[in-house]
Amino acid sequence: MFKKNDSASKALLKKTAVTKPTKSLLSTLAMLVIFYVVCMILEAAGAISFTIQNLLIDVCIYAVAAVSLNLCLGYLGELSLGHGAFMSLGAFSSALFTNLTRDTIESDFVRFLIGLLIGILVAAVFGFLIGIPVLRLNGDYLAIVTLGFGEIVKGILNVTYVGYDDTGVYWSFISDRTGLDTMAGNAKMVINGAKGITGTSKLSTFTGGMVILIIAVVICGFLVNSRTGRASAAIRDNRIAAESVGINITKYKMITFTISAAIAGSAGVLYSHFLSSMTAVKFDFNMSILLLVFVVLGGIGSFKGAIIAAVLLTALPELLRGLSDYRMLIYAILLIVMMLLKWAPKSIELREKLKQKNERYRVKRSLEKKES
Amino acid sequence: MKRSRKLIALCVVLAMVVMLFAACGSGNSGSKSGGDTFKIGGIGPTTGAAAIYGNAAKNGAQIAVDEINAAGGINGVQIEYQFEDDVHDPEKSVSAYNTLRDWGMQMMVGTVTTAPCVAVATQANADRLFMITPSASSTDVINAGDTCYQVCFTDPNQGKVSADYIKEHNLAQNVAVIYDSSDIYSSGLQQSFEAEAAAIGLNVVSSTAFTSDTNTDFSTQLQKAKDSNADLVFLPFYYTEASKVLQQANSMGYAPKFFGCDGLDGILGVEGFDTALAEGAMLLTPFAADAQDAATQSFVKQYQDKFGELPNQFAADAYDAVYILKAAIEKAGITPDMTPQDICEKIIETMATLSVDGLTGSGMTWDANGAVAKEPKAVAIQNGAYVAM
Repeated sequence: MFKKNDSASKALLKKTAVTKPTKSLLSTLAMLVIFYVVCMILEAAGAISFTIQNLLIDVCIYAVAAVSLNLCLGYLGELSLGHGAFMSLGAFSSALFTNLTRDTIESDFVRFLIGLLIGILVAAVFGFLIGIPVLRLNGDYLAIVTLGFGEIVKGILNVTYVGYDDTGVYWSFISDRTGLDTMAGNAKMVINGAKGITGTSKLSTFTGGMVILIIAVVICGFLVNSRTGRASAAIRDNRIAAESVGINITKYKMITFTISAAIAGSAGVLYSHFLSSMTAVKFDFNMSILLLVFVVLGGIGSFKGAIIAAVLLTALPELLRGLSDYRMLIYAILLIVMMLLKWAPKSIELREKLKQKNERYRVKRSLEKKES
Repeated sequence: MKRSRKLIALCVVLAMVVMLFAACGSGNSGSKSGGDTFKIGGIGPTTGAAAIYGNAAKNGAQIAVDEINAAGGINGVQIEYQFEDDVHDPEKSVSAYNTLRDWGMQMMVGTVTTAPCVAVATQANADRLFMITPSASSTDVINAGDTCYQVCFTDPNQGKVSADYIKEHNLAQNVAVIYDSSDIYSSGLQQSFEAEAAAIGLNVVSSTAFTSDTNTDFSTQLQKAKDSNADLVFLPFYYTEASKVLQQANSMGYAPKFFGCDGLDGILGVEGFDTALAEGAMLLTPFAADAQDAATQSFVKQYQDKFGELPNQFAADAYDAVYILKAAIEKAGITPDMTPQDICEKIIETMATLSVDGLTGSGMTWDANGAVAKEPKAVAIQNGAYVAM
């Protein structure tokens, strides 16, 4: 009897542990697919303005970045203030590639795809390298180191010069321009220091952005639900307990952090192929904080929440344009109001109450149904 | 059950959001069909760090639009003018551009700053919409497509002209350059200045950089200039930093000649800055608010009455931009019921033969690329005011 009960509860445990995250993943995917389909139908019907067409791509970029930071913050429990820098690395490396191969690879799709892979790879490698020393530490060090890392990336990209001519590719830093002076026929600069990269072809589309977002969500959903994800969550909840059951802390932290950096890199790739002009200062501290705001507003650990928050907060300033000068003020106030609505104890209480009321009502109704 | 209900609720919310987006969209695009006015859009930073330029351009263009409308419009057609903020960010700038297109923009005065302008120019080139930027001075702007023209000089041109000017007027033997390596405008000028200096045999003895994160203390850069016996310091950056450079040079007892470009315009208006320190400084600027010609005086007076401050060069550039559009529209015989694409092609045809007299130069002409040709003007600061050199 006892044994049977035990295995039943185990089965139950197993069932809830597996199904709950899967369901939340499915509902997130359903949300994205419906959003995409509705937008596509509206676009086909010609009901979408230029502003919204443009905004849809923008929204995808920030949603992907928010998903990546949510993985790091929600499931690794580490605060990263350098996700802007990972975006920057992805953006610059991929744009460098697509600009250099503009004449050699004719298909835009292939060029973008390889650029995307390069961007993801570069961001992942740097995420891995940063992780080696830092993720061994215990405490808030990651926040501080990634903050410094972001400034370094910005500073270095600001003085990087890459150009090409008929004979090959040249690069140099500000202190040493000699490498570039020898450029001969058809010389063209790709990364031009503080001027950043200009002339990148616009290859990011809403469909492409949506595909990347969905892939990112699926990867995160499966990761969170896997052995690695559960190990990360255990480390997040109680490092000592996790260590005591034999979880290799550094290994799981590294895996999760590298994947998070890689996804941020893909957001950067989308960004760099969205606008023809991009400078390193765009990916500064403010960008990383913006991503943090998305994740906190959406609810740390909730991918759906992070995506919705990213969509709302990216679209809001544009939709508020009618208010002209008061726009940024209203935006800031709305931000505070939203945070309060989501996280103030009273509003949480209110939501709980509504939920319970709803539950009671439903129980009552099902009882009535049974009786009748 | 609970999950599925939640899911349905979510979908409904989403659908509502999308409808909201779509409603905005269709509402806006309804006004897209050609009306009985010319719709001119403008983009620039009216908030954020570069707000002073965006606001000046916005106001300058507004004065031109008001003047034209009061005088009966262009060929009897009134102008509608709308200006959108871009916070000096390419991403926001493209959004602003799309907002204006939804509004029904047919031509654009903008954008004010360089990096956003490159992004917008590429988009405008794809959409075939004509734009004339008052002040985005990089060559990348006009290289982004053939639909973008400039009122201001390009950066290489400014740097080159500065070097030539110093050489021709024999202002100095040894020149030191201090520049902002994190700023496109500044490093663009520095590059072209040094290239031209090398070509014409002007001796650049030191070249030191700062960034937007280290723009408060210039003692190292100034010391280096002093140690290398520079008798002229070239300051290709904006006036806020330049005012600090002048103050710090004064306090360390270093008094070389100072030479700046159009970014230095505005230095006399910096709060708490002793204008005596700027005495003798020279700058290249196409516009001086105390010029004595009737056009400038009338513009300055209107600007002061309306906005309560002295207009700077950005305001004058934007003012000229509107009048350049007016001249092009009149010459090409454009009517407001044309599509933006047709207007664009017609204006581009006309620009090659157009010559406009404005506040920032007389006899302005354009090459096929979109770069302006006009006489460079340099002024020196004497007794707290610009004096033509």
